[in-house]
Amino acid sequence: MTATATSAGSGSRGPAPSLRHRPSGGSILADRAATVVLWGTGVFVLLLLGAIILHFAMAAWGVVSLSFVLDDPSDAALGGIMPVLWNSVYMLALTMLIAVPVGILGGIYMSEYAGDNAVTSAIRFAEEAISSVPSIVVGLFGLILFVDNFHMGFTALGGALALTLFNLPLMTRLSEQALRAVPQDERSASLALGATKWQTIRHVVLPLAIPGLVTGVILTAGRVFGEAAVLLFTSGIGTPAHYDFANLDLTNPASPWSPFRPATTLSVYIWKLQSEGLGAFKNQIVDGSAAILISMVLVFNLGARLVGRLLTRKLTAA
Amino acid sequence: MAQLTTANRMASLRAAPSFGERIDLPRRVVFLAAASMIGIVVLLLGFITWQGLQLFLKDGVPVTQVLSSTWQPDSTSPDVTFGLLPFIAGTVFVTAVALLISTPLSVGLALFLSEVAPRWARAIVQPALEIFVGIPSVVWGWLGITILVPFLSDTFHHDLALSLPVVGEVFRAPGFLTGFSWLAGSLVLSIMVLPTITSVSFDAFRAIPQELRTGSLALGTTRWQTIRHILIPAALPGVLTAVVLGMTRAAGEALAVQMVIGNTPVMPQAISQPVTTLTSQITLDMGNTVFGEPWQDALWTMSLVLLIISVASVVLVRVINKRRMAS
Repeated sequence: MTATATSAGSGSRGPAPSLRHRPSGGSILADRAATVVLWGTGVFVLLLLGAIILHFAMAAWGVVSLSFVLDDPSDAALGGIMPVLWNSVYMLALTMLIAVPVGILGGIYMSEYAGDNAVTSAIRFAEEAISSVPSIVVGLFGLILFVDNFHMGFTALGGALALTLFNLPLMTRLSEQALRAVPQDERSASLALGATKWQTIRHVVLPLAIPGLVTGVILTAGRVFGEAAVLLFTSGIGTPAHYDFANLDLTNPASPWSPFRPATTLSVYIWKLQSEGLGAFKNQIVDGSAAILISMVLVFNLGARLVGRLLTRKLTAA
Repeated sequence: MAQLTTANRMASLRAAPSFGERIDLPRRVVFLAAASMIGIVVLLLGFITWQGLQLFLKDGVPVTQVLSSTWQPDSTSPDVTFGLLPFIAGTVFVTAVALLISTPLSVGLALFLSEVAPRWARAIVQPALEIFVGIPSVVWGWLGITILVPFLSDTFHHDLALSLPVVGEVFRAPGFLTGFSWLAGSLVLSIMVLPTITSVSFDAFRAIPQELRTGSLALGTTRWQTIRHILIPAALPGVLTAVVLGMTRAAGEALAVQMVIGNTPVMPQAISQPVTTLTSQITLDMGNTVFGEPWQDALWTMSLVLLIISVASVVLVRVINKRRMAS
């Protein structure tokens, strides 16, 4: 629509259309130039993303293999990243285990209960404040609260708790948006049938909001998976060892299943390697790890879209 | 429950029951979940403020020393000085240059997406931006180390000087020795905040009523004149909000900046020079210091400064938006 208006203006060259007494020919030239520049920004972003993906595809060539993913790190050879990759997945699961229920419940309050009052605006302020606090400061908060005050030391649990409180605002906001998107008529209909407010939320609103909620969970997961600054001083940056997955004793720090052990994740491992790594294969390992991180980001992003679309189709068709 | 009268039911339709009316367990549970964020903020502010003040309270370092530019935290050295000015100035300058690069690009991109792009182009560029958001900061830092830093040091290694025959040298810009520099940090940051500024500005442009566009175009203006004289002024509070949010993200970013900035605690003077920031120094030193020693207390003071910056930006965004609501 804007396009037709512009071309009509340039075609007729009628009375001076300028706002500030500009010559008509110049303003049309400026318009053309602006259009080219604005298209340029879009092309720039696509080229940059393409270049980054291509760069890591090439850098990972010959590094990423099944053994790179499944082997323990090694000083002598290329080795693998299995323990840190496991820690990333483990930390993600542990964080989401806490953040998803609390975030969705908080979202329910903000969407279904919160009135226009001081408490609500205090919660909104807190939501914005936590989102804007630098991740490294959240990491320091985790350090002083969990590591120093609770004497937990560097543990996966401390890291997961710090990650949880860092990502709670995002999870809450995405849940709130998903719940608000449910049409008001559905609530009215349920309440008119005599259902209580909670019955309405549980049996009507929540099921209808599932596609949005799942998208929110996946987007939050993507952010948790790549986070490193929060974890440096909470779950530790120690050198990962060999993990014995047969050890199922949750209280034993040697067990990879235990939350009470230091857990260096893939992102933290990249940071550690580039800052102090001296091994001959350092660059290849970091390239390979970064390529895996990038592909996980792509998977989380596409996953969020795909799952959201599939769920919407399935739930609305049923 | 079964005894609910019609009147009761109508009441529950109208509004959520207030706290005192009855014990509503689900309501209390979801309220606790939401209100936990208030608790987190209070604890976070409390702990960081308390730790951040230890440098003054426990170690007796005067405020004037903290505002000096000499950083000599090693307790074995003869004159221990905790001047935080290089870090504060580094954060401010690195962030400022990042915003100078990123703001025109991001606002242009937002305008492209909202005013120019056909549907198919938007359907490609918007998902691409979402992927940018998801790329972890260590990966940006690694790209900086492997591509940007070598590029800067190879391309602009020598001083850029302009000499005139009689007058002599009139201009000299120092070259990049290693490539680890203020500019490298700003460039990495400018790409990292691009999605933030773009998406918030995009929302601001989308929120402008269509009548403003059609009215302007009907007067015979070109699209660019409409953008420049109608849309940008109308969306200015939203664009400002976007820039403030981008600033917050840039000032708080730790690992990517630390990896390319050079980590040299000097006052920033040239963009080719290695400098440092608050976040970089915390990242580097926190693990090497002992809890309770003055050196670490100075790091906590740095994190308090960061916290003040971020809380101030939240308040600033609120003020900007309140003014928009009022006007």
